[in-house]
Amino acid sequence: MRRWLAAATLVLGVAGVASAAIDTYQFRDQAERERYQQLTKELRCPKCQNQDIADSNAPIAADLRREIFRMLGEGQSNQQIVDFMVDRYGDFVRYKPALSGRTWLLWFGPGLLLAGGFVVLAIIVRRRRVTAVQGTDQLSADERERLAKLLEKERTHD
Amino acid sequence: MKRWIMVVPLAVFLLVAVFLYKGLFLKPEELPSAMIGKPFPVFSLASSQGDRTLTQADLQGRPALVNVWATWCSSCKVEHPYLNQLAQQGVVIYGVNYKDDNAAAQKWLAEFHNPYQLDIRDEEGTLGLDLGVYGAPETFLIDAEGVIRYKHVGVVDATVWREQLAPLYQGLVDEARP
Repeated sequence: MRRWLAAATLVLGVAGVASAAIDTYQFRDQAERERYQQLTKELRCPKCQNQDIADSNAPIAADLRREIFRMLGEGQSNQQIVDFMVDRYGDFVRYKPALSGRTWLLWFGPGLLLAGGFVVLAIIVRRRRVTAVQGTDQLSADERERLAKLLEKERTHD
Repeated sequence: MKRWIMVVPLAVFLLVAVFLYKGLFLKPEELPSAMIGKPFPVFSLASSQGDRTLTQADLQGRPALVNVWATWCSSCKVEHPYLNQLAQQGVVIYGVNYKDDNAAAQKWLAEFHNPYQLDIRDEEGTLGLDLGVYGAPETFLIDAEGVIRYKHVGVVDATVWREQLAPLYQGLVDEARP
């Protein structure tokens, strides 16, 4: 049993490795490696959409990874590298779009919706409280009479 | 209960329906090019025939189509006959052979006829990268000054030419002719 488990784990492990996009790059230091990983996660593959370029096996993603590695080697900043990509592929390639007139709704839309939800909630709660205080629980003369009749009926039945 | 509240679900439904309907006709795989209005990128590459070095200056002077293609790209084969037809009609087309084996490219051009006035050999894909190419075939429209005016991703066929490229191309030709 244990042997089977080990074999299965091994197979799964190999399969996992085989499906990931692998490049072999030699980085100068850990910091550069981390910047590379961060950048390839932040940039989106233009061909296989909804994958970042770290994740994608498309040839274009491999080219862009190579380009990022080259630019890191040249000592360019993250901003320069992202600008380079945006110049060629547009804002689309950024998973974190820059804040601009066209993207503010993207950034603040969810917050605005949430705030709107709270406003509506507050209005509903307040309205309920007001009606409660104004006393719809106090019966009108008509209603009191009906209630008395009903109670009376109930008692006579018992 | 207030009357208007009854209309809210219908209004929400209609709003969502409008967005979803519009969504049916969106083509998210066609990215708007970031290169529109920018000059053609600077490059210096050999021609496919290897007889000369080409630069961006060689593409200036006349409005033209710049077609990015490769022998590994099956849609390129589909559009090739139509490009031949356009070239025969006198449309200026330059070819960028993108990330391809040059021998295979030369064989292709000999076999299927060469519609390109210039064959740029972009074996490493550097020009493709500068053009923001993410999949062949892509076709750029440049004006006489070499500024990119339009980009079509995918096969150029009679419909694409008639509805998208031809009016723009004709406009540029008229513009270039004083």
